[in-house]
Amino acid sequence: MSDETSDFGTSDVAPGDEGAEAGVGTYLVGLGLALLLTGVSFFIARTHLVWAPSIPVALIVLAIAQMGVHLVFFLHITTGPDNVNNVMALAFGVLIVLLLLTGSLWIMWHLNHNMMPMDQLMRMQR
Amino acid sequence: MLGKLSWAAVPFDQPIPMAASAVVACVMFGVLAWVVLKGHLPYLWNEWITSVDHKRIGVMYCLLAMVMLLRGFTDAIMMRSQQALAFHSPGYLPPEHYDQIFSAHGTLMIFFVAMPFIIGLMNFVVPLQLGIRDVAFPTLNSVGFWLTASGALLVNISLVVGEFSRATWLPYPPLSELAYSPGVGVDYYCWAIQISGVGTLLSGVNLVTTVLKMHAPGMTYLRMPMFCWTTLAANLLIVAAFPILTATLAMLLLDRYLGFHFFTNEAGGNMMMFVNLIWAWGHPEVYILILPAFGIYSEVISTFSGKPLFGYRSMVIATMAICILAFMVWLHHFFTMGAGADVNAFFGIMTTIIAVPTGVKIFNWLFTMFAGRVVFSTALLWSLGFMVTFVVGGMTGVLLAVPPADFVLHNSLFLVAHFHNVLIGGMLFGCFAGYTYWFPKAFGFRLHEGLGKAAFWCWTIGFYVAFMPLYVLGLEGMTRRMQHYDVPEWRPWVLLAAVGAVIIMAGIILQITQLVVSIRHREELRDDTGDPWNGRSLEWATASPPPAFNFAVLPTISSEEAYWDLKQRAIQQSLLSPEPSYDDVEMPRNSPTGFICAFFATMMGFALIWHIWWLVGVAFVGAFATFVVFAWRDHDEYVIPVETVARIDRANRAARTKVLSRMRAAR
Repeated sequence: MSDETSDFGTSDVAPGDEGAEAGVGTYLVGLGLALLLTGVSFFIARTHLVWAPSIPVALIVLAIAQMGVHLVFFLHITTGPDNVNNVMALAFGVLIVLLLLTGSLWIMWHLNHNMMPMDQLMRMQR
Repeated sequence: MLGKLSWAAVPFDQPIPMAASAVVACVMFGVLAWVVLKGHLPYLWNEWITSVDHKRIGVMYCLLAMVMLLRGFTDAIMMRSQQALAFHSPGYLPPEHYDQIFSAHGTLMIFFVAMPFIIGLMNFVVPLQLGIRDVAFPTLNSVGFWLTASGALLVNISLVVGEFSRATWLPYPPLSELAYSPGVGVDYYCWAIQISGVGTLLSGVNLVTTVLKMHAPGMTYLRMPMFCWTTLAANLLIVAAFPILTATLAMLLLDRYLGFHFFTNEAGGNMMMFVNLIWAWGHPEVYILILPAFGIYSEVISTFSGKPLFGYRSMVIATMAICILAFMVWLHHFFTMGAGADVNAFFGIMTTIIAVPTGVKIFNWLFTMFAGRVVFSTALLWSLGFMVTFVVGGMTGVLLAVPPADFVLHNSLFLVAHFHNVLIGGMLFGCFAGYTYWFPKAFGFRLHEGLGKAAFWCWTIGFYVAFMPLYVLGLEGMTRRMQHYDVPEWRPWVLLAAVGAVIIMAGIILQITQLVVSIRHREELRDDTGDPWNGRSLEWATASPPPAFNFAVLPTISSEEAYWDLKQRAIQQSLLSPEPSYDDVEMPRNSPTGFICAFFATMMGFALIWHIWWLVGVAFVGAFATFVVFAWRDHDEYVIPVETVARIDRANRAARTKVLSRMRAAR
């Protein structure tokens, strides 16, 4: 981004633009991986083969992997120099979502900090 | 058949709204009749309403903002006069009307004055500064503008048909829930903001894409003028923040229309979640408004000091830092909601931190002026007024960021004084500076300087007289939104504030006079060269007003101040650069898509407000059909032949050659 001399205007690709030369191959690989991850998620959710408390963690990992598959195979996010804008946009979006989610959860969890506990309040109203 | 709509919706028994709407209707029909009878309708339709030219759309945005400013200011002066009268008396505005007025004032000023004004200036200037011919998505741009206008129309319809929200400019539940606001007021608010919010989001997507992807050859990121950087930052914030607003209001609408319980008192709803979400949008919104204004000041101060902007890179870093930090401070709007010291301290500290990049900017502007040849034009006066006023507003903001102080000052007039201090002294002064600065570029003649300066002084003095008393009143414990009061100590300050509002009104009258006088004396104020202020960025390289294609040949940029270097070279050699080889120019065709979409959107909003379900369906199908027709269009561009391009550009070159020879003769 700080490269001043290169003309980045022409060396940048919009999401999905390189589909023509990539062909259907990557889409099929992506579809396969996505189906596999989905299948494993459903399998893990109801199996007794793994230690029960690890199931939620496994589901979260599988879900993040699923997002990665979508980004790489369907949206063609790569680490190449032609993808800087797309990666930056993705990073900005993820950052904002994380800020909003963690901020909201923290704020709402802290909300009754200065309040009387709810059951006490209810008893007083009676 | 007509849902909740009946003749009872028109407030025949209330003289003030009836008289006001009669005046508005007379003016509207007068203008319409004049347009039709004089035969201007085809011109208006072909050249403006269906235009996808970013310059025309920008001008229309600014015009919408100025008209709405008049309406919003009328509300303001009604509130000031009500409070001036309502000491130990009910005043002349009944509470339910007074509540609608302050709700409408806030809604109009933020969504339909500040936003369109700033978006209009960005639309007009950014492609010219980047050295390109149009924005990334011209028709989308037109759709965005007309959807914004349609939201403004809905708010103004509420004056005559039904009522407006009484739940303030951010409809906090549970007051805004069906149980406590059973009327159509909150629905008017929500649908107007939803429709115009979509328009704003579209314009944000458009401008982000334009700044990131479309440049003249050689215009790298770090050669972009400061205004383009602040535009990028503001529009990134729009893209990130406006979906939060849309989602939050959608949840409120689900509560009101379909009996959901997101924010209700009962059934597990949590109204605090609304406050949390609306400010997660609301605080970035503050920076969406102020960042482009910072860009305008940067351009104006640099031009009228005759120097490049001091600390360009630190300015870029400060802008982008604000862009991220803007999303980490929203809790300071509700310190008193119940959160503990951990949360309040974190957001308090973040709020003081965000003042640092702003401080960096203030020093950069001061150093830009330092040792420069400062020309005290109207645009520069607005910028100077901003620097003084905004520092005061920023300091009171940092004071409010301290949670214990906020517990004392929360919801008092101190807060009202603070945010008017930053919004008027920061955002609005910036819009006026930009309006004065770029007016000759848009219309080919300058605005009258004397009247502009008089308007500036009225606005500045009026601002201080109107809002400094509110700081005092806030410290004396007067809360905001009071319809009447009985504390004798408050009375003199309230009266003083009303005097300030009258001085501001004088400023507005002077601005209207300035516009009329400038149009009548346009031949004396004509800008022949396209560079009336000795400018530094690319918009001054083209004629005033610019041709539809902006630049006959896209300029090649080799330094930070593209046009300034070009100009200096030409002055040294007493010669323009050699005539380029012209080519045909392809430009996007005009399209009524935006206007028709907005027509159906207004219809749909109105039908949803009044529960006219069949009309909702009709309008939705109409809007979708408009989109389909546009998506299947065959011809989307027209060609401006090379002869026309050459003729227009040669005229521009001839004007500039004349200036050069005049300079040579003077030497």
